[in-house]
Parts: sequence; C-alpha cells; structure tokens
Amino acid sequence: MPENKGLSKITNFKILSFACLILLLQSTVLLASDHGSDTNIHSSEQHQGETHHTTIHEKFKPGDMILDHVKDAHDWHIMDLSPGHPVSIPLPVIIYDNGLHIFSSGKFEHGHKVVESKGNHYFLHKGKIYKTDAIGHLNYDEKNKVSNEIPMDLSITKNVIALFVSAILLLLIFLSIAKSYKTRGKSAPKGIQSLLEPIIIFIRDEVVKPSVGAHYEKFLPMLLTIFFFIFINNLMGLIPIAPFGANLTGNIAVTMVLSIVVFLVVSFSGNKHYWKHIFMPDVPKALWVLLIPIEILGVVLKPFVLMLRLFANITAGHIIILGFFSLIFIFGEKSAVAGFGTSILSVAFTLFMSVLELLVAFLQAYVFTLLASLYIGSATEEHHHAEDHH
Amino acid sequence: MELVLPGIGLTFWMVLVFGLLLFLLKKFAWKPILSALKERENSIEEALKSAEAAKDQLSKLKSDNEALYKQAREERDQLLKEAKVMKETIISDAKKSAEDEGKRIIQAASEEINKQKAVAIAELKGQVASMSIAIAEKLIGNQLANNDQQKTIITSHINDLNNTQQANA
Repeated sequence: MPENKGLSKITNFKILSFACLILLLQSTVLLASDHGSDTNIHSSEQHQGETHHTTIHEKFKPGDMILDHVKDAHDWHIMDLSPGHPVSIPLPVIIYDNGLHIFSSGKFEHGHKVVESKGNHYFLHKGKIYKTDAIGHLNYDEKNKVSNEIPMDLSITKNVIALFVSAILLLLIFLSIAKSYKTRGKSAPKGIQSLLEPIIIFIRDEVVKPSVGAHYEKFLPMLLTIFFFIFINNLMGLIPIAPFGANLTGNIAVTMVLSIVVFLVVSFSGNKHYWKHIFMPDVPKALWVLLIPIEILGVVLKPFVLMLRLFANITAGHIIILGFFSLIFIFGEKSAVAGFGTSILSVAFTLFMSVLELLVAFLQAYVFTLLASLYIGSATEEHHHAEDHH
Repeated sequence: MELVLPGIGLTFWMVLVFGLLLFLLKKFAWKPILSALKERENSIEEALKSAEAAKDQLSKLKSDNEALYKQAREERDQLLKEAKVMKETIISDAKKSAEDEGKRIIQAASEEINKQKAVAIAELKGQVASMSIAIAEKLIGNQLANNDQQKTIITSHINDLNNTQQANA
C-alpha cells in the first residue's frame, strides 16, 4: 500500500508539473503572438483603415516585446485570440489639457483610432498619447521622433491599477492584523498575523533599530510601509495574471517617489551635526570650495542610487524572464521543432529565474529599507565628542 | 530612454496613493501593531523575570527547609542524647538509692537484731540469775551442811556461769 501511495504521489506531481509546463508554454505563446504580430503602420493609414487586419506575419521582435511588457500601458493586455486581435481590459484615460478629459482607453482601439474629447483630438502611438489633428496626423522630426504635443497624462494605467491593488491589499492585510492585535491582546499570534510578525520584528530589530539608532521608533512606521510596499509589489510583479504582473517597482516613477520620501525624511530629520558636516565640514576653509559641492552631491546621490537600484534590479528580472521566453519564438520562427526544443530549456530557466526573483523581491525590499535606515541614522546620529577626535 | 524617464501620471498617482497609504497604515495599522508587539514583549520579559524570581524564592525556601530539617534532626539527636544520659543517671540514681536503702534496711535490721539480742541477753541474764538463785536456794537448802562440798559446788557453778556468760557474750 505505501508503495502505491508513493507512486500515486509521484504521478500526481508529474501531472501537476506537466500542467504547469503547458500553462507556462501557453502563456508564452499568447504573450509573444501578441507582440510578434505588432504592425508598424503609420497612423494616417491606420485611421483610414479602421477595419484593417494585418494578415502578414511580421518578424518577431524580442526587444519590442520585452520593452512593451516592462513599460506602463493604457490597457491591461490579457491575451491575443488571434494575431491582431488582442483581448485586453480598457483602462480610463485622464488627460489634463485645459480641463479634464476622461474617456476609456478602449476608444483608441489599440492605437488604431483618434479620440475626440471636448474639441481636442488624441492619438495613442506606441503607448503614448499625443495631441493630434482630427485625422490623427503625427509629425516626425529629423531624428524620426514624433514631435506632436504630449498632453499631461494622468491616466489610470496598468501600473496605477497595480498600485491601487497593492495599496488595497496592504491596507486589508495590515488593518486586519492590527485588528487581531487589538482583539487578541498579548496572546500568541495567529494566521496571517503569525506569518508577518517575524518579518515586522525582523525589520524592526535587525534593520531599523541598529541602523537608525536611538530615535528609531519615529521612523519605524514609514520604513515598514516602504518595505512592505516594495515587497508586495515585487511579488505581485512575479504573478503573470491580471491584476498582477505589472512592473510597478521596476518603474522609475515609483522608485523615484519612494526615494524622494526617504530624501525628505532624511532632510527634515537631519540634526545640526548632519548639516554642519555638509556645509561646514571640519577641514581648512580653503577646501570648502571642493568639499561642500561633494557633500551636497552625496546628499542627492544617496536617494538617487536608491531609486536606480530598485528600478534596475526589478526591471532586469522581468527582462531576463521575458528574454528566455523570446528565445522560444526566435527559434520557433526558424522551425517549430527548434521552438519546442528551446521551450523546454526556456521554461526550466524561467522557473529558475522566477525562484531567484522571489529572493530578489525580498532582498531588494530589504536593501532599500536598510539603506534608507542607514541614511536616516547618519542624519540623526548624535556626535557627542566629535571635536575630541579631530 | 523612455524607461528611465518618470512619467507624470504614475508619479502623480504614486504620490497620492503612497501618501495615503503611509498615513492610513501609520495611524491604523503600525501604531496598534507596534504597541501590541512592544506590550507583549514587555509582558513576556516580565513573566520571565517573575518566573526567575519565583525560582529563586523556591530555591531559597528549599534551602530554608533543608536548614530547618537539619536543625530538627540535630535537635532530635540532642534530645535523644539527653534522654540517654537522663536514663543512665536515673538508672544509676535508682541503683544507688536502692543500694543505700538496702544498706539502710540491713543496718536497721542488724541494729534491731542487736537490740533484740541485747534485750534477749538481758532477759536471759535475768532468767539465769533467777534460775541460779532458785538453783542456789535448792542447793543451799540441801547441801549447805557440808562446807567443803558447799565451796566446790559454788565455785563450779560460778565457773559454769562465767562460761555461759562468756559464751553468750
């Protein structure tokens, strides 16, 4: 009997893993078929040919496909039923251009149609909204770049949705935990509370307390929020099904806001030693000309590096995974057999990378929080006998 | 290039949402969570401390008990020893007093005997005297005619008397 049990377990596992493989393969096929068939037709042509379907199978461009998935989008693409027929959730477009213009991104019909709103005309080209004339004419400058006016685009994009979802998730999780802390009092943690309590305590005791120093309690809520925001968004970015899978923490705007928050906190909580160190360093006055700009640069550079590190790490992770998938279609274009052969390798590598990304998801959230704590710590540190040492 | 340029829209929403998130979590989540954690840690620490104190007290109590037990044992030993000594003294006292009493009784008895003997001797003497007188009367009545005979008889009697007296003494 135990032998039988073990056998059925193994077969179960095999079936499961096979199903996973199929699912993964399917999703990659869908992913790539969408972008493999992207057509680069000039907008003026598109406008006239609204019912125009492309039947020409264009060459697969891995670079475009990868960048499209890493970047933000005005609709949430789910899959393509057939080449040129994407299934996607249209998201609201909000444009501030002498008044608010709000309409669904579905009206663009994936960059095939000009949208008229309150007398203005807008056209979606390569993920960007341009202000155009009524027929959606795009002007190109000498560098072959679109020179049309770009209105202030405050749309609820894919990343904004991911942002909302993550914020709601964070609120749900932590408000429920807070409630159970209130109701359960001093008794042992339970459920999701016991899952997150060690992480909270880890951040508090191993990251914030030793880095910030005596006044750590004042900064703890902010640093915990930053940590869990980055962590949950890193994890959400790894789940390839809507409403997850957006590359939020790999977006420079998001990491920029996070670093600015850290920068502001450091600047406002910096004590007089911190500022004295920057503007009146303990060196001969002749060197101030040299040292003060360096110190000021350092102040700006620290959050700047924070911003870049998170952005680069998460985006790189997404790019690598997408790159492995692209391999399948690069080889698949040559022959179906080669494509299938590559897919086995690609899936294996992607699986490995995904597991690695799980680690990176935690690691980057940890590193961001740790460095932010260190910056705050250096700005609020008390120098009791600083003069004695010099 | 577009990848590294922050978009206005997302920046706007990020500032809004993250600011709100920061405020809400700080007020409604982190405050109760962190204070509850701190409280729990304090209570655990206190509980550990009080447990330690209780342990100390217990060990102290134990050592106290031990001392008490030891003392009790010593006392018991002492008592036993004292009892033994007392027993011995009682026995020896009893022996001595019994001996003394015996001696006293024996002495009294011998004194009494002597007394009785003296009385008996005195009585005997009296009787002997009266008997001798009676004998003497008889003898005197019968044989006083013969002087010589008289003399020998009297001396023999007196000798006899002397002998008996000596024997009695």
